[in-house]
Amino acid sequence: MDTVVSDLLCIGAGLAGERVAVEAAAAGFSTICLSIVPPRRSHSSAAQGGMQASLGNSCMGEGDCPDVHFEDTVKGSDWGCDQEVARLFVERAPEAVREMAFWGIPWNRVVAGKSTYFKGGKQYEKVEAPEKEGLITARDFGGTAKWRTCYTSDGTGHTLLYTMDNKVVELGVTVHDRMEAISLIHDGENCMGAVARCLKTGKLRVYLARATLIATGGYGRIYRETTNAVINDGGGAIIALDTGIVPLGNPEAIQFHPTGIVPTNILVTEGCRGDGGTLLDVNEERFMPEYEPAKAELASRDVVSRWMTHHIRRGLGVPSHYGDHLWLDIRHLGAAHIKTKLREVEEICNNFLGIDPVTQLIPVRPAQHYTMAGIRTNKDGAAYGLKGLFAAGEAACWDLHGFNRLGGNSLAETVVAGKIVGEKVVEYLKGHEARFDTGVVRDRVRRDQERIDRLIGCKDGKEDTFKVRSAMQDELMERVGIFRNGKDLQQAVDNLQEILQRARRVGLRSSGLGANPELTLALKIEGMVKLALCTAYGALQRTESRGCHAREDFQARNDRDWLNRTLATWKEGANLPALEYEPASPSMPLPPGDRGYGASKIITCDGEIIDRG
Amino acid sequence: MGRHLTFEIFRFNPEDKDSVPHMETFHLEETERMTLFIALTRIREEQDPSLQFDFCCRAGICGSCAMMINGRPGLACKTLTRELPSEITLLPLPVFKLIGDLSVDTGTWYRAMNEKVESWIHTHRSFDPRAEEQRMDNALAEEIYELERCVECGCCVASCGTANMREDFLGASALNRIARFMMDPRDERSSKEYFEVVGTDEGIFGCMGLLACEDVCPKNLPLQDQLGILRRKMGWQAVKHLFRMG
Ligand SMILES: Cc1cc2nc3c(=O)[nH]c(=O)nc-3n(C[C@H](O)[C@H](O)[C@H](O)COP(=O)(O)OP(=O)(O)OC[C@H]3O[C@@H](n4cnc5c(N)ncnc54)[C@H](O)[C@@H]3O)c2cc1C
Repeated sequence: MDTVVSDLLCIGAGLAGERVAVEAAAAGFSTICLSIVPPRRSHSSAAQGGMQASLGNSCMGEGDCPDVHFEDTVKGSDWGCDQEVARLFVERAPEAVREMAFWGIPWNRVVAGKSTYFKGGKQYEKVEAPEKEGLITARDFGGTAKWRTCYTSDGTGHTLLYTMDNKVVELGVTVHDRMEAISLIHDGENCMGAVARCLKTGKLRVYLARATLIATGGYGRIYRETTNAVINDGGGAIIALDTGIVPLGNPEAIQFHPTGIVPTNILVTEGCRGDGGTLLDVNEERFMPEYEPAKAELASRDVVSRWMTHHIRRGLGVPSHYGDHLWLDIRHLGAAHIKTKLREVEEICNNFLGIDPVTQLIPVRPAQHYTMAGIRTNKDGAAYGLKGLFAAGEAACWDLHGFNRLGGNSLAETVVAGKIVGEKVVEYLKGHEARFDTGVVRDRVRRDQERIDRLIGCKDGKEDTFKVRSAMQDELMERVGIFRNGKDLQQAVDNLQEILQRARRVGLRSSGLGANPELTLALKIEGMVKLALCTAYGALQRTESRGCHAREDFQARNDRDWLNRTLATWKEGANLPALEYEPASPSMPLPPGDRGYGASKIITCDGEIIDRG
Repeated sequence: MGRHLTFEIFRFNPEDKDSVPHMETFHLEETERMTLFIALTRIREEQDPSLQFDFCCRAGICGSCAMMINGRPGLACKTLTRELPSEITLLPLPVFKLIGDLSVDTGTWYRAMNEKVESWIHTHRSFDPRAEEQRMDNALAEEIYELERCVECGCCVASCGTANMREDFLGASALNRIARFMMDPRDERSSKEYFEVVGTDEGIFGCMGLLACEDVCPKNLPLQDQLGILRRKMGWQAVKHLFRMG
């Protein structure tokens, strides 16, 4: 068997994977990154908004510091995050931004003097201080007390990823792109690397490593509608879950975005609504004021998404070939405003919809956006359950975000966690030798080859892998979406269990030769349905509302019973995950309280009921 | 409601010994706001699950899906079918190694390019985690960003007369990358060092000035200007010593 050995194997070459790789390579360890696509095409490149760090250079960020960032993050998470992790993160974020500047990011800088900005549909003025001229500036992003989001125009993720990959090239880190990990090699205690399938030739290869990192990003593609890239289908989470030992943290914690365009779900910024854009239904009438008289379209992400879904279910959506949707109307903002302040939106409309938002309506609907769920690690990034296995970035549940990620905190997480976990991986490599058990390796490869042969030979059946995927995606979209209730969740769990059986009967229609895309999906489909079941089942069990997990039948946040984190593992041959729970945070320097937004009913740790409704 | 679309798609799977390069026809009813991403995904899922092509972000950001669309390189995700005639011919990008059907290996090519132009900040300083960042004029940051917007999709390379003839030509995206670093005060490389990378026929002097690169760039990068500036700077670098002697 074609075998490659290194000190560190990074499965994933997005921002998080590459940041860890850089740390290990700089310390002199041989490092290999695997990626489905050339590293610069990883989904990190799609982040446009920016990354949070409390530099406090802009006048709108005056007085900002790690403490304020900490408070925003913990509140944002609805007290679901690990507060030790949040503390570590906020302390190191400013340094991480500066380090990226040192490596070449053209961050936008403070320009002294007057300028204007929009908020809540109104225009305001600000004056930047002359002594801050030329320092890294920041913009506003939801859920923060200060302007804290550092950015490069409309391409922050792009510049971050290009700069990081430049560093990878400079350090001579090996990257094998189009190489997809399909299983982890382990003996129940130690992780020894992974088996990967080459997406150029279809051949299998063994990667053995003293330490293995999973940094495969989010897995929004288990939902039908998602802003995530096509490749975000959960490969990393699947191979971890398949070990039967490594748990996923909070699989029910999934974030949605209200305005993905139809049909491609490309995200259009919330700035549209912030600047005064409205949402219209099939009759071209506004509906948000009816549901949220005070805030209307300016209510929070989740609330807007909820009412949009509700309104569509009432039959007031606009029918289309791609299902029902609503309209986003920014026509009244005028050509001048749209062409300057909302230029990206105009471009997306022109390029991907062929419409002119100055005169036409934009078709939108809510879409899955961020996976807080992920491979559960400790604060060093070491995965629970297997020695030598680490995880970082959106793939991990480190757990910075708890039940709701703040915009701008995820890009920051990739580079900050990447740095911290990278340091810990280096420590681990200095202190540990590995033993590679050839029997374990051979057995793993044999099982993967057998899986491939069975799929190609239709040994288990002829279920169409694309149809199984659609069935799963529809189920999650319809019943495990933004607003959840016991009846629907139970139905989803039942249906997904049937879909899981179908997934086990998948057989290929095509030859499966070479980089065959049908085989690529077929190898993952059972794992994807398992991820879907973890989400649905975790959501069914959690009888409270917290952050993005909103139960119509349990509307209060229940700190008495649910101030904890779900841990889901999947035992071999099981049809449902095994769920356990651990305290949300080892300590609570910021005790649970009111977020000041979102759900307002709280059952406190002492069982007292507070309702600010 | 929609038109009837006919796709002529290049097929070849090098890993299948029975496969020979050929064109294959697929039919699809056009739907509203259809892009080539929607169309190709449907063809794969409904008609031929072995069809190879590359989409990732499907939002014009990652540069994965460049292909020859009716004879012209472009990003498939950013191409609306309604802007095309009802007969659509799709071929893989030339210059790059074919993986199968519409999929080509841009990853290896661009990694080599980045190594060749040493696409990173060259500095003798080391990072001080406690120090304030080096200041920069916002206008300059934006200028650098303007050139940094390249997504390495390969459209410029595929459209380039020189790159199609000689394998070692760096191409517009590499020259643009050099221009980006030359503009950056954090990079301490001298003109002479840049000259060693690009002052050759593989570099700036290989450009025949046909400038199709700028026409096809999906990011509308000002490639023509950058090539011109670089050519003048490097031309001067090549002859500078003559003047000094005199
Ligand atoms: C549209 C959009 C906009 C966003 N905007 C912002 C923003 O403004 N600010 C912010 O903070 N966050 C934003 N986010 C979130 C943020 O971009 C991501 O959370 C972050 O970039 C994830 O980085 P990552 O390194 O963890 O994963 P990714 O960048 O997704 O990288 C994953 C890597 O893993 C590889 N991979 C996957 N599976 C396998 C496998 N099985 N084998 C081998 N390799 C594999 C991939 O090829 C890739 O290299 C946005 C997200 C979206 C979808």
